[in-house]
Amino acid sequence: MWGIIRQRAACKGNHALNLEQGIRAIALRAFSSSAKQMTVRDALNSALDEEMSADPKVFIMGEEVGEYQGAYKISKGLLDKYGPDRVVDTPITEAGFAGIGVGAAYYGLRPVIEFMTFNFSMQAIDHIINSAAKSNYMSAGQISVPIVFRGPNGAAAGVGAQHSQCYAAWYGAIPGLKVLAPYSSEDARGLLKAAIRDPDPVVFLENELLYGESFPISDEVLDSSFSLPIGKAKIEREGKDVTITAFSKMVGYALQAADILAKEGINAEVINLRTIRPLDRSTINSSVRKTNRLVTVEEGFPQHGVGAEICATVVEDSFEYLDAPVERIAGADVPMPYAANLERMAVPQVEDIVRAAKRACYRSR
Amino acid sequence: MAQLTRRSANLLKPFSASVSATRHLTTSDTTPITVETSLPFTGHKIEPPSRSVETTPKELLSFFRDMALMRRMEIAADSLYKAKLIRGFCHLYDGQEAVSVGMEAAITKKDCIITAYRDHCIFLGRGGTLLETFAELMGRKDGCSKGKGGSMHFYKKDSGFYGGHGIVGAQVPLGCGLAFAQKYSKDENVTFAMYGDGAANQGQLFEALNMSALWDLPAILVCENNHYGMGTAEWRAAKSPAYYKRGDYAPGLKVDGMDALAVKQACKFAKEHALKNGPIILEMDTYRYHGHSMSDPGSTYRTRDEISGIRQERDPIERIKKLILSHDLATEKELKDYEKEVRKEVDEAIAKAKECALPDSSELFTNVYKKGFGVESFGADRKELRAVLP
Repeated sequence: MWGIIRQRAACKGNHALNLEQGIRAIALRAFSSSAKQMTVRDALNSALDEEMSADPKVFIMGEEVGEYQGAYKISKGLLDKYGPDRVVDTPITEAGFAGIGVGAAYYGLRPVIEFMTFNFSMQAIDHIINSAAKSNYMSAGQISVPIVFRGPNGAAAGVGAQHSQCYAAWYGAIPGLKVLAPYSSEDARGLLKAAIRDPDPVVFLENELLYGESFPISDEVLDSSFSLPIGKAKIEREGKDVTITAFSKMVGYALQAADILAKEGINAEVINLRTIRPLDRSTINSSVRKTNRLVTVEEGFPQHGVGAEICATVVEDSFEYLDAPVERIAGADVPMPYAANLERMAVPQVEDIVRAAKRACYRSR
Repeated sequence: MAQLTRRSANLLKPFSASVSATRHLTTSDTTPITVETSLPFTGHKIEPPSRSVETTPKELLSFFRDMALMRRMEIAADSLYKAKLIRGFCHLYDGQEAVSVGMEAAITKKDCIITAYRDHCIFLGRGGTLLETFAELMGRKDGCSKGKGGSMHFYKKDSGFYGGHGIVGAQVPLGCGLAFAQKYSKDENVTFAMYGDGAANQGQLFEALNMSALWDLPAILVCENNHYGMGTAEWRAAKSPAYYKRGDYAPGLKVDGMDALAVKQACKFAKEHALKNGPIILEMDTYRYHGHSMSDPGSTYRTRDEISGIRQERDPIERIKKLILSHDLATEKELKDYEKEVRKEVDEAIAKAKECALPDSSELFTNVYKKGFGVESFGADRKELRAVLP
């Protein structure tokens, strides 16, 4: 349905942008009667609620998760429903409570440890990696660690250098960890449920700016048994000219870029990675073998980033299929500045993605 | 009068029964004996337990047996390391045996223990076998971690032993997490989180202790103070080396860690306390004869006189031996014979471990995840070696 509307808009030429917006507004109204909307926040909250209800071993621990209702209100209402034994407010001691969470997981409980942002996870990173990720291997399967570390990751708005780093690449490098990055509400619900049910340590990277965004959601997704497979990317938008990979907030930007590219006759395929580790190399490679061009998009620092891994994997496995050099769009190679104009330059924008896609298609500006 | 006859009856029995010293030392005599600990306990914000410890001949003989085995095992590991059969790190526990053995006497396998990398004897105390130990040290597939862990990563979950950790101090929050889970599950058991005088200064320890005290977790923090954090003496590393007091709001007890009965008394006391009142710190005053690890001769930061002095005055096995002899529970010769038995047992286990195969190459890729769902993993050359994770 979307495709038909877009094609009609494209045929009408360059003034399609306003028309697109008009059509989108009409379409949304038409849709809203049939599809429900849910914010990412509510999606996460409902997933936590349902998993805690289904399994008494699941508990939440972190700063402000209880009485404050969650620093970003993700755990709203859960203290009242499940009590302080299962929704545990901690002092500001990440190394301590991450370690306590991992120890509880060793014993067989299923902790969900919240970091107020993943920047603070650096204080606890030894426990995430050395105590959690590697234990099943070092103990040859005796000690498994069914823990979830979750919280907002990446840049917010105007929070400066120490509060804006993306940790997908760092955690994504570690064997023994599973690293997830939801985009939509469906992703948030399905992946969080999968993470909590998974017997291995999962790093669950949310995004603060997405919490308030609404997405359409089907009844299937609302069912309490719903979950999404870990390790499977989603093709958000099918295309044939260039593959754009993205995760978390950048998926939205990539989709916007794809709309702009469509008007210029470039049909982009947008892949929502959903899982950073294990990376869905097969979906990425199949897509590139179809489109022959790749643009990777991420918020994080470029060196040794997620995009670097995707480019390497595509060059290794699908070299003969590439018709152009691989392109990476990433956060600027600088600590995040505060001033609004500089911040805008430090984070990928839609026009950066469009430009890179055009380069991959050998189209000058 | 009756007691005398019983004791001499025990002595007479073995000569007719068997030649093996082992049989003497597995007496089932549970007549209570009361022994005074070498030193009184010192308490911090708590009334210390009595110096009088209840024990039995059975227990004393088992202390001797277990500690002699641990001592022999560690010394054998020293030789294996020098023969390059053990690689990497090897941290030996000889001198500290009383802590493991006394603790086990006070608790059950449902209580949990977690420690750092000086874990071979703790593993043995929790029910691990000599073969599993030596095979793991030599990286063979019959090791307790199938050869994939090494000296610092021994585990025995079914007996409440959670490792075996290489990062100094990390095991303390993990141990408090075990205690959290025990309380959450309403198990009425406790966790002993062991650490050294070096780790005692770690911030995460205080973070975990704070939360344990806030939430009344059944956590017992056991500082095995062997007075040297690697090569740094306690007075050079800690402004306040009174580790049993470092918990501030948490009560503490200072214990002679070379006296297995004192350790037992303290652990029993601590378990009762922790189940009712939350965390408590035990400082075990102990000593390691070896250096920090096999790459440390242990003499650049302490004198040989100090080491031999402790061996003379405070050796834990000697202490139990004196108690056994003074209570006529066994003769000097029987104990010597037993030590020979132990040597033999250790040598046999080593010979068997040497025969064990290295893990199969496919084991490189197992246990990365508990649930791998067919994900791909790679060797050094990904075009040469790829595997699907089970």
